[in-house]
Amino acid sequence: MVYATVCGVDLWEFVTDRWPRLAAEAYQHASVVIQCTIIAAIIGIGVGIAVYRSPLGSTIATALASTILTIPSFALLGLLIPFVGLGVAPTVTALVLYALLPIVRNTIVGLGGVDAAVTDAARGIGMNRVRVLTLVELRLAWPAILAGMRVSTQMLMGIAAIAAYAKGPGLGTEIFSGLNRAGAANATNQALAGTIGIVLMALVIDGLYLVIARLTTSRGIRA
Amino acid sequence: MPEQQTSVGIELDGVTKRYTGQREPAVDSFTMTINPGETTIFVGPSGCGKTTTMRMINRLIEPSAGRITIGGDDALSLNPDDLRRRIGYAIQQAGLFPHLTVAQNVAVVPGLLKWDKKRINARVEEMLSLVGLEPSEFLHRFPRQLSGGQQQRVGVARALAADPPVLLMDEPFGAVDPITRGNLQDELMRLQSELRKTIVFVTHDFGEAVKLGDRIAVLGDRSRILQYDTPEAILANPADDTVAGFVGAGASLKQLTLLRVRDIELGQTVTATEDESPATVRQRIEADGRKFALVLDGRGRPLRWVHARQLGGDSLAGTGAPVGDLVSSQSTLQDALEAILTEGGDAVVTGTRGEYIGTVQLDTVVGKIRELREEHQS
Repeated sequence: MVYATVCGVDLWEFVTDRWPRLAAEAYQHASVVIQCTIIAAIIGIGVGIAVYRSPLGSTIATALASTILTIPSFALLGLLIPFVGLGVAPTVTALVLYALLPIVRNTIVGLGGVDAAVTDAARGIGMNRVRVLTLVELRLAWPAILAGMRVSTQMLMGIAAIAAYAKGPGLGTEIFSGLNRAGAANATNQALAGTIGIVLMALVIDGLYLVIARLTTSRGIRA
Repeated sequence: MPEQQTSVGIELDGVTKRYTGQREPAVDSFTMTINPGETTIFVGPSGCGKTTTMRMINRLIEPSAGRITIGGDDALSLNPDDLRRRIGYAIQQAGLFPHLTVAQNVAVVPGLLKWDKKRINARVEEMLSLVGLEPSEFLHRFPRQLSGGQQQRVGVARALAADPPVLLMDEPFGAVDPITRGNLQDELMRLQSELRKTIVFVTHDFGEAVKLGDRIAVLGDRSRILQYDTPEAILANPADDTVAGFVGAGASLKQLTLLRVRDIELGQTVTATEDESPATVRQRIEADGRKFALVLDGRGRPLRWVHARQLGGDSLAGTGAPVGDLVSSQSTLQDALEAILTEGGDAVVTGTRGEYIGTVQLDTVVGKIRELREEHQS
């Protein structure tokens, strides 16, 4: 076990020693990312539906979501603390805001890409607006929307680590603590454990997205 | 068990469509009576407003002014979605839902009308058979697994699934190859002879209009009706130069496609059986003032043409030239003319068992066209 030996104690040993705590943080990390993706999806798909028929609305929504993404995450978290306090609230707010862009953009692109002949036929045979949207347009846009959610989730896995700065939940706690104690015993192991844990979870969740896409996309439109 | 619907007519009265920001209306005071159970074709150049006019019937486009009644009901006072469920709608690219199977596509309107599941399933199979698709083979396919022609068939099946009395078709065969298009047109004619729906069909192809229409409305700018009449009448006597230009060259040839061999009087020729002696046949030919005789087999089926010159031998067996193209009484006069030109003489008409029943002569065909033209000019 020479390869992973850092600062005298081996990383594997570090992880097994602190497994209960690391596992709980990993669970919290994944949980907050997934929940924030779902909240962002509900808001983002809603915004997409509201604006996709208007070129101006689409441009504004996309621009706004892009602007949010340019705010450094560290700064956004810090700026939120005075308003929502420490802990879960700033974390969730920031993550949801960051997750919006890919979802809003892909919803607009997906809905806009539905063949006009298909929606014309849908209306022509007597579907009302809500049915055209729910039975036809959203079903056809779903692969694009899901792809947007996948990008958001990947992004949030990393950004969620920074939430530890605002005392948010997750593996970021390990990274921050490790980096703060740089040079101390196990400091590097702690930061590494958090980082590697996030990367591994991101890969697993990405795999899950593939499974979900396969299960929820009609064979008729699967690539 | 389809709902039995009697045919309904459509009345359009002063129907107008104005778009904001455009000085001229897209459709200007369109008034027309569409007969129940007939196929009415809107034909005209691109951009003349024919599609806009059709889409106002099911209110995919809301008229700016005017009245539309369908089977006596005021279409403009109904809920548009309910109205559309009672009107079949088929369009050029078929517009099938790509994420649904063929069966699910056809089942959409019965589903919207809340039919029970068993009835929907039975209806879906019935509709697929009706449009010539084997249900067991196609039910669970997705649209992308179908050819263009098959997609159109499913589109028509979907439009007819809830047995609407009215069917709107917007260039439904515009995007398929000519051979498939011909087949689909034949199928539609067969369907319509069974179903007698009130069909409004939009096309820019006058040949298609002549083939499918009971009545044709030739439309000009802003959907102005240039002529509204039967195909025969429009071909025989176009109302003005614009219609004549649209009908195009070869109006008389198109007219031949509307007439059947059974509509004209058949001529007769000298016939002979193979066991007759050539000498007696020659006598009969000369007595009749002709040059040829038609040799028939034992069951009266045409075999060969023999010329008087070829009747020098002992037997008729093997003499003369085989009869090429045959026509039946259901054939169009165009087919008969084709046979006349190919054969270089009269076309031979056979009955249901292939037996000789008469001939079509060039003069008869020409005479029939002249007669029609005079009839429609009066």
